[in-house]
Amino acid sequence: MLLIPCPHCGARPENEFRNAGEAHIARPAEADDAAWADYLYMRTNPKGVFIERWRHIHGCGRFFNCVRHTVTDRIIATYKAGDPRPSLDVLRAWSEHAR
Amino acid sequence: MSGAFRTASGGRIDRTQPILFGFDGRAMTGFRGDTLASALLANGVHLVGRSFKYHRPRGIVAAGSEEPNALVTVDRGGGRLTPNLRATQLELRRDLKATSQNRFPSLDFDIGAVNNLFSPLFSAGFYYKTFMWPASFWKHVYEPLIRSAAGLGRAPTEPDPDRYLHRYAHCDVLVIGAGPAGLAAALAAAETGARVILCDEQSEPGGSLLAETEARIEGRPAAEWAAGVARALAGQDRVTVLPRTTAFGWFPDNLIGLAERVTDHQDRPDPRLPRERLWQVRAREVVIAAGAIERPLVFPGNDRPGVMLADAGRIYANRYGVRVGDRAVIATAGDSGYRAALALLGAGATIAAIADLREDPAGAAVEAARQAGIAIRPGTAIAGSRGGHRVTEASLRRIGGSDRVERLDCDVLLMSGGFTPAVHMFSQSRGRLRFDAALQAFLPGKSAARERSAGACNGRFDLEGCLDEGFTAGAAAAKAAGCGSPRTRRFARAGAVPAPGGFLGAVPGTGKGKAFVDFQNDVTAKDLQLATREGFRSIEHVKRYTTTGMATDQGKTSNMNALAIVAGALDRPIPEVGLTTFRMPYTPVTFGTIAGASRGMLFDPLRHTPIHDWASEHGAVFEDVGNWKRARYFPRSGEDMHQAVARECTAVRMAAGMFDASTLGKIEVVGPDAATFLERMYTNAWARLAPGRLRYGLMLNEAGFIMDDGVIARLAPDRFHVTTTTGGAPGVLNHMEDYLQTEFTDLKVWLTSITEQYAVIAVQGPRAREIIAPLVEGIDLSPAAMPHMSVQTGQICGVATRLFRVSFTGELGFEINVPADHGRAVWEAVLQAGAAYGIVPYGTEAMHVLRAEKGYIIVGQETDGTVTPADAGLDWAIGKAKKDFVGKRSLSRPDIVAPGRKQLVGLLTHSPQEVLEEGAQLVADPHAEIPMRMIGHVTSSYHSAALGRSIALALVADGRSLLGQTLYVPMPDRMIAVTLVAPVFYDQEGRRLDG
Ligand SMILES: [Zn+2]
Repeated sequence: MLLIPCPHCGARPENEFRNAGEAHIARPAEADDAAWADYLYMRTNPKGVFIERWRHIHGCGRFFNCVRHTVTDRIIATYKAGDPRPSLDVLRAWSEHAR
Repeated sequence: MSGAFRTASGGRIDRTQPILFGFDGRAMTGFRGDTLASALLANGVHLVGRSFKYHRPRGIVAAGSEEPNALVTVDRGGGRLTPNLRATQLELRRDLKATSQNRFPSLDFDIGAVNNLFSPLFSAGFYYKTFMWPASFWKHVYEPLIRSAAGLGRAPTEPDPDRYLHRYAHCDVLVIGAGPAGLAAALAAAETGARVILCDEQSEPGGSLLAETEARIEGRPAAEWAAGVARALAGQDRVTVLPRTTAFGWFPDNLIGLAERVTDHQDRPDPRLPRERLWQVRAREVVIAAGAIERPLVFPGNDRPGVMLADAGRIYANRYGVRVGDRAVIATAGDSGYRAALALLGAGATIAAIADLREDPAGAAVEAARQAGIAIRPGTAIAGSRGGHRVTEASLRRIGGSDRVERLDCDVLLMSGGFTPAVHMFSQSRGRLRFDAALQAFLPGKSAARERSAGACNGRFDLEGCLDEGFTAGAAAAKAAGCGSPRTRRFARAGAVPAPGGFLGAVPGTGKGKAFVDFQNDVTAKDLQLATREGFRSIEHVKRYTTTGMATDQGKTSNMNALAIVAGALDRPIPEVGLTTFRMPYTPVTFGTIAGASRGMLFDPLRHTPIHDWASEHGAVFEDVGNWKRARYFPRSGEDMHQAVARECTAVRMAAGMFDASTLGKIEVVGPDAATFLERMYTNAWARLAPGRLRYGLMLNEAGFIMDDGVIARLAPDRFHVTTTTGGAPGVLNHMEDYLQTEFTDLKVWLTSITEQYAVIAVQGPRAREIIAPLVEGIDLSPAAMPHMSVQTGQICGVATRLFRVSFTGELGFEINVPADHGRAVWEAVLQAGAAYGIVPYGTEAMHVLRAEKGYIIVGQETDGTVTPADAGLDWAIGKAKKDFVGKRSLSRPDIVAPGRKQLVGLLTHSPQEVLEEGAQLVADPHAEIPMRMIGHVTSSYHSAALGRSIALALVADGRSLLGQTLYVPMPDRMIAVTLVAPVFYDQEGRRLDG
């Protein structure tokens, strides 16, 4: 069971949270059919560093963003919803050097 | 009195406490401190089971949790039946009753042993080869055959009456294993003030020290030192010492699962205690001090009762005062055989010879054996054994010499291929193993979790090294956990230093016969070689094909030998072939421990409405809806469901009925932007809905499909009372929060679940207004003041209410929302007031029929996540002028507007009393070739009392253009003709809404 650092509450066990899919997928104001289908259904699903959303549903109730390595399951960072997306290159470099 | 093979003195057993126990119905005596295995051996019993495939007689091999053979069933009475317990871990207690397994009819005479004669059938991959074809044989021939012939203990048939508990714990340092390394680690960590948990699978801390007779630590005998250290640790507030506790699983972020056996060893279990306890320990740092496991030698006949691991023979002698035989032959690849020989000699046995695979054995242990006059055969392999239910002879052969074998009589044959570090927990933590060529062992390499290994599991086999490495690891763990450092400490110790040494794979130059690698799954060296000849290359594939390492012991004693044999057959180095994955649990964990308190009524939360007890007292039949218990119908005496539902429906249409709608989800949406928020979350228009009015709300997901629906009341310009479906409530709130928090962050809105704050009583029927009128205060119920789809606040029966005028039946109706605590009182008052009008309580079944008569959909019944508003005939609920709402953009996607989509229609069977099956398919041509083209399916189907016939709703491709036409519902035995109609069967004009 992961220990997830909620940016509002601190580290809590995974069963207090619910995963909410890939992060930084903005709802387009205007979109042609292809772009709209992309928004609805297409996700990156990478092997490696991934930014996803979690909700601290049995805690503060807030959605936040989380950087997780999908191979090691290690959580690299969490930050509040609305905060800017961190650079993936930096995160990848960081996770390479982390033990 | 406690067995002919008990030594006169010595060991950690309490000779003042004899204990009577039973094995296969035979009464025997042991001592307090014995395991079942040591007590059986003290009575001369080696034969304890039959093997898995060949039903070969098998004996006790080991002295610890790695035991592959000695699995027994213990019956503690009253349904307390536990199969597959290792006799080597089972502490003796008064009246212990154990039985051997996998034999029929008895251990001495086993019918299944004929399998042994047919063993060619059971070679590598026999499951895949033998039981392949024809497929129809599986159910009636193969499966029963496999089940009767194979298998371990039988599962209990009665419910387990014992209690099991879960505990959560946090600590700075968790130490796994309380041998020398673990004790030293715990001492170091505890000294820094760290919170320490020390767990060990054995009955007392000490590990290997419990069988030490010569070594001394800090001036005291090793076992005494261990007991003193464990006592001192347990006496500290911040230290928890857990004996009989197995660390069985490693989960992400240092969550370790421990299984504690609390009462099984007690003569009379304390009823206040659970039988077992699951600990979920979140540890900042972990020290793994799990020790090492001795390897058997792979040679023909290595599975006869009486063939044991050498160190097990030494442990039985030193720790339990048991001589495992009178005349021993010892086959070894290192010092362990010599230490065992000396221990057996001390216990009164004769040592026929030690056969050492090494050409030039040397060192303190070898010297000591030589001095004791033991015959040593260097460069000699064990070639085979003889014996029926017990080994009687061992044959030795000089390696590289002639074919001449030396036959020696014996009643016990001890073997040692060296020790395999127990890297299971390290590997479970996703650490990477590295192969140490000098030790010929896999050792912990690169860590993935916050842990460190110390002692034998890290390849340190000398006592001094274990103590020092353990202390260093404990100190480092405490420091990494932020707890400071202990003073340095050296453990003065005295005793022999064992020389490393070992052998992997099949012993060379052996004769014919089965040489077992995996005892528990009956896998031989030949099976593994055959698998490689048949083309298997990956060790993971060999494992599955031969089933080696797949038994309940997960190959603790067999994996390294199997790997070496496969590597040899493939002519590749061991590290290139690689190890199979170590998985939890380290040793089997009972279902009780995993389930804990989550069984019976506590298996899943149950939700009861405030009116539940009333319904229960009045004979309601309940159904499960999500976690809710809902009254389905209220049968009167002699009524079946059909009759009860018909009566309830008729009452609603003719007079009035009342329905417990408390399970409906309720969300209060409050704030200056509440209306704007609902505009975006629902398809309908809300901005101009006046306070005091209700509106049906339709919620879509972003893909344009119906997600939920419900009636929404505007109580004030900035306050809405939203209702959702019963099952959809949590999802709707989550969906709303998601958009509020991450998309529409500009809106000032607060969402509060009020589902459980309100009881909801629906009063429906032409007499509804008259019935509630006398109970209501401060609300004008007249049609002018309170028309259909309106809400008023006031009082009912003296309780504050949000009174909705709304109908889910097509009749005049009200929904009375009152604080949950008053729900039952108001329910009973309404019932009483309605008695004179013929009011009846109705359940969910009548509710379903009544709404289906009106063509009202139920989300999740008429919809399945692929139904759009247009498909369901709900276009009218879409605010056409709205710029945006969730799902709007998707409603113009090409496949959503394309023809051919399934549309909601009504069905009338040509034979009016025929009630269709929900889920049945519809076809246009009853004579079409099978498989027929299916153009729709039945979503709801009932008998309608009001119409005196059956009705159904269905989703049919382009259904609205097919109204009036006949379609067919194919059933296994017939074809049912139906006519498509508009999906409103009753009161199409809606006149009844006003009573
Ligand atoms: Zn939180």
